[in-house]
Amino acid sequence: MYELLLIGVVAFVTVLTRAIPFLLLKNKSSPFIEYLGAVLPYTIMPMLVVYCLKSVDLLRGNHGICEILGVVSVILLHLWKKNTLVSIFGGTIVYMLCVQILFI
Amino acid sequence: MKKAFVASIPVMMGYIVLGMAFGVLLESKGYGFIYALLMSVFIYAGSMQFVTINLLTSGASLMSAAIMTLLINARHMVYGLSMMKKFEDMGSLKPYMIFSLTDETYSLLVTKVPKDVDEKKYLFFISFFDQCYWVIGSLLGSLLGSIITINTTGLDFAMTALFVVIVLEQFLSSEKHFYTYFGFVISIICLLVFGSGAFIIPSMLSILGGLFMMYKRGGQIHV
Repeated sequence: MYELLLIGVVAFVTVLTRAIPFLLLKNKSSPFIEYLGAVLPYTIMPMLVVYCLKSVDLLRGNHGICEILGVVSVILLHLWKKNTLVSIFGGTIVYMLCVQILFI
Repeated sequence: MKKAFVASIPVMMGYIVLGMAFGVLLESKGYGFIYALLMSVFIYAGSMQFVTINLLTSGASLMSAAIMTLLINARHMVYGLSMMKKFEDMGSLKPYMIFSLTDETYSLLVTKVPKDVDEKKYLFFISFFDQCYWVIGSLLGSLLGSIITINTTGLDFAMTALFVVIVLEQFLSSEKHFYTYFGFVISIICLLVFGSGAFIIPSMLSILGGLFMMYKRGGQIHV
């Protein structure tokens, strides 16, 4: 029962965060909202990259070597092949090999 | 529908792999198939579902689970904000569009819609396919986890790789890269100032504040 309640709470708050702008602003569009719609994706995606890499510590541990290798692989693969699947798959394999083989 | 499927292939890759990682992890903590199904259908939020595994195993209170969810998913409010116009005329599909607005779906919905398609259907199927991938991935992972034991360390890098590709694509398709740099600079400054556990909210507020000021000064949509 506890498990179901907890999952229910997480599900409810999650949909709440997604619905809040629609509930509060009643769908009234404004030039500012349009401006945000156009430029926000360019700003938020870099933030999500930082979010994914937030635990990397350049000064301690592995110095983020695997993360750097992984990200560089993704960028190079993507510039070379321009294929999203290849870039993601390749970069993830490089990263997994790095953390599993080099640092155990 | 076909165009939506093609557009969603990158997310299929990411979601099936990441969903499997989630399913395997959930199974390894003793929560079976039915939990994977429930969570992926009703919560449907990648990073939050991983956190929920921790909440379940540590027996967290419902209140702390609610606060944690609010903090981790706060970024979704910003997605909604920038999707208001697009969802405006989605009619009966709108509630589902809002429910299913994940990071990856958002990143697909903001890219250009092909010219010769019904925009409403196109956007809906992108969202719907994405959730299907996530549910299938987590169920596969749950099954796989109950059969064999594999070393999945590092598998979650798939999410990072996906975001890096999206930023790179945005970078290549824009002329001035001001907004990309702005996003990196603000979030790195906030990471250094507030630390990895608490930087997301300050970053979002600073980004929104910064963009508002730029808008007031006559900021251009030209990216």
